[in-house]
Amino acid sequence: MVQLSLPKNSEIKKGKYFKDKTGSKNLRKVNIYRWDPSTDEGPRIDTYEVDMDNCPSKVLDILNKIKNEIDSTITYRRSCAHGVCGSCAMNIGGKNGLACTTPHAEIEGDIDIYPLPHLKVKKDLIGDLDGLYKQYQSIEPWLKNNSTKETTEIYQSKEDRAKLDGAYECIMCACCSTSCPSYWWNGDKYLGPAVLLQAYRWIIDSRDEERKARLKKVADELKLYRCHTILNCTNACPKGLNPAKAIAEIKKMLATANV
Amino acid sequence: MKAYNIIDHEYDVVVLGAGGSGLRAAVGLSEAGLKTACISKVFPTRSHTSAAQGGISAALGNMGEDDWRWHMYDTVKGADWLGDQDSIEYLCKEAPKAVLELEKYGVPFSRTEEGKIYQRPFGGMTKNYGNGIVQRTCAAADRTGHAILHTLYGQALKQNTEFFIEYFALDLLMKDGECKGLIAWNLNDGTIHRFRAHTVIIATGGYGKVYYSATSAHTCTGDGNAMVLRAGLPLQDMEFVQFHPTGIYGHGTLISEGVRGEGGYLVNSKGERFMERYAPNAKDLASRDVVSRSMSIEINEGRGVGKDQDHVHLHLSHLDKSVIENRLPGITEAARLFANVDVTKDPIPVVPTVHYNMGGIPTNYKAEVLTMNGSEKTVPGLMAIGEAACVSVHGANRLGSNSLIDLVVFGRAAAKRAAELVKPGTPHEEIPETETQKCLDRFDKLRNAQGDNSTAELRLSMQKTMQSKCAVFRTEKNLKQGVDEIGKTYDGMDSISVKDKSLVFNTDLVETLEFDNLIRQAVATVDSAYHRKESRGAHAREDYPKRDDEKFMQHTLAWCDGKNTKISYRPVHQSTLTNEVQYFPPQERVY
Repeated sequence: MVQLSLPKNSEIKKGKYFKDKTGSKNLRKVNIYRWDPSTDEGPRIDTYEVDMDNCPSKVLDILNKIKNEIDSTITYRRSCAHGVCGSCAMNIGGKNGLACTTPHAEIEGDIDIYPLPHLKVKKDLIGDLDGLYKQYQSIEPWLKNNSTKETTEIYQSKEDRAKLDGAYECIMCACCSTSCPSYWWNGDKYLGPAVLLQAYRWIIDSRDEERKARLKKVADELKLYRCHTILNCTNACPKGLNPAKAIAEIKKMLATANV
Repeated sequence: MKAYNIIDHEYDVVVLGAGGSGLRAAVGLSEAGLKTACISKVFPTRSHTSAAQGGISAALGNMGEDDWRWHMYDTVKGADWLGDQDSIEYLCKEAPKAVLELEKYGVPFSRTEEGKIYQRPFGGMTKNYGNGIVQRTCAAADRTGHAILHTLYGQALKQNTEFFIEYFALDLLMKDGECKGLIAWNLNDGTIHRFRAHTVIIATGGYGKVYYSATSAHTCTGDGNAMVLRAGLPLQDMEFVQFHPTGIYGHGTLISEGVRGEGGYLVNSKGERFMERYAPNAKDLASRDVVSRSMSIEINEGRGVGKDQDHVHLHLSHLDKSVIENRLPGITEAARLFANVDVTKDPIPVVPTVHYNMGGIPTNYKAEVLTMNGSEKTVPGLMAIGEAACVSVHGANRLGSNSLIDLVVFGRAAAKRAAELVKPGTPHEEIPETETQKCLDRFDKLRNAQGDNSTAELRLSMQKTMQSKCAVFRTEKNLKQGVDEIGKTYDGMDSISVKDKSLVFNTDLVETLEFDNLIRQAVATVDSAYHRKESRGAHAREDYPKRDDEKFMQHTLAWCDGKNTKISYRPVHQSTLTNEVQYFPPQERVY
């Protein structure tokens, strides 16, 4: 069951119903979470009947179709439309994912679209990721190496470079962190899977000279050890990455290394 | 008009845009001790640099002999002699330094056996002035842009750059022909912000979304270009729009040129590797305009594949599995998601797709914005970098992997130049209120627009017109129709409608402001194309099939006041920056 952060003193009400005007025989009902901070109204679920005969295959195509043809006020983030920018992360049919890579054919029945769980909502499907971005900054995501020679590169073996695979590809969409119950309850202190995966990416970069300091920094009851290996993160990642494994690796390094 | 509450800021420099070039500039500016604001309508790592796949060019010589002069020759030829050779010299000479710097910032480049940065072959990149293929394109698998963007954002955090994220820029503040700052709308809380700055650096990217089918993100709306037009300044070479040979058929998703760099090739319905006919030497690695035209000819002559014979196939199943796994994992995923193709077994259906704007805001190699007033003049207080700028290093056609290097080389150059021009903490001049008023009048008018035309309808009409009238091949008749139809769509703005009247994350209004920006650039593009009566690089006129150096070795400059344009020309710089290299005189362009 998805947990949503609702505006204070509010419950989600049934909203408007947008009946199909195209006469299509191939309709699907799409239920979308709506909330506008500039009104006094609480959140609601609006329902749209969408003509699927003229809609490309992804959930983002449905949203664009609604915004372009039915109701231009629905609000969501989107940019690249092919799963590299991480803008359109949302909760679709009860599962976190990118709207632009999620095929609607895989969802049975009505399509429910909500913001990412447990974030403060800014408007409609737009969640507030400021906290997560601050946590990202806190792990100091830049290479620490004192080599100052401008004319040479820092060599890295193919094997060492391969260690970064599965970590550097993260697009910071937050699907993982917002699917993690530990992050729901302790998101202000626990770094969560997205940020820990990035912490790991710098810890294992053979070019980085601050590995120990980086490990020490995350070795904290709340920052790291709130991970209880629930593995929702790995399940949720739209890029097929495994943040849970990265967190386990960090724990292992801390358990075995002299930090 | 309802009065808007305005929040004032003062900075030494304001960078507009947080993609590769904007971030690189911001890092340099912060390092130089200038008080810098970086404003972006999306969180930095959502910028479209993240979509760049194949790599970043630099004559490092990690995979065989290379020389920045060879890179320069290739770029001049790729540009079909429309590039300014002083700027191209700067780009190619600075490139190795800029890539090594990225490596030091932490970009996870793929590696050679010796542990050096891996480089792959790319279209138009040759050794010894066109004699054989060179491996010059530095790659982080096929996610090079993503790797660079995230790394640069980390560097900006390290430098404590001040970000204003999810702020939508509205207009520049001009005074007596100088730029004094800009106005932006904070989507998070609906407030209006006025930034005063001694230098504004525009890094807002391209405007691919004027077309229906583009590899560009939804956010590629060239907002900075349109701000420049509204400030009464010209845009340059807007007719040069790059069609990438391999966008996924039906969806437009980019499939990197790196696929052909690693040994993939194009095939028509007869199973022929048709590029052998059009470019006997470079074959599938000819420059993009050449490959896109060849594909269009194959399709037009009935040798396309599929039910409607309207695309071709990109084969890579013959490649070694480890090459696909290690060097092309991203496109493997894209082909599965958007073409339902397993690349180890089947070809990818591809079609030429709008990808890059060679045109943009005219600048010199120091990133200072240029205008023409009798002769070439810089615009004090204004710089432009990245795809938004037209330096011009890409001329009439950009080579693959030259855009990422353009971002970092000129991002760096802009920071350097601004540090020379601006003394930290210099007091700001007063700006007349009329500038602010003019900007907010337009904003308020669109916000309260209650006409009959939806933004989406007008946008679609513009995109369809550009797609059919200003495509790979162009004619006088088509372009004239294009000019008229785009003019009509522009007039449709008079009765546009915006349903959402709020100020917090009003994406209905954002899209309308973006459309207002796009349509002005569509006007500039189609009109510039109409006036260029020759074929050069990406601008292929069926009625003028030859390049005409006598008349048109010139940059087009287009001023647009609404849909009314003024077209003028500026000579291409026909000299190099230093005597470390000789000027490359125009030749016939054969691959």
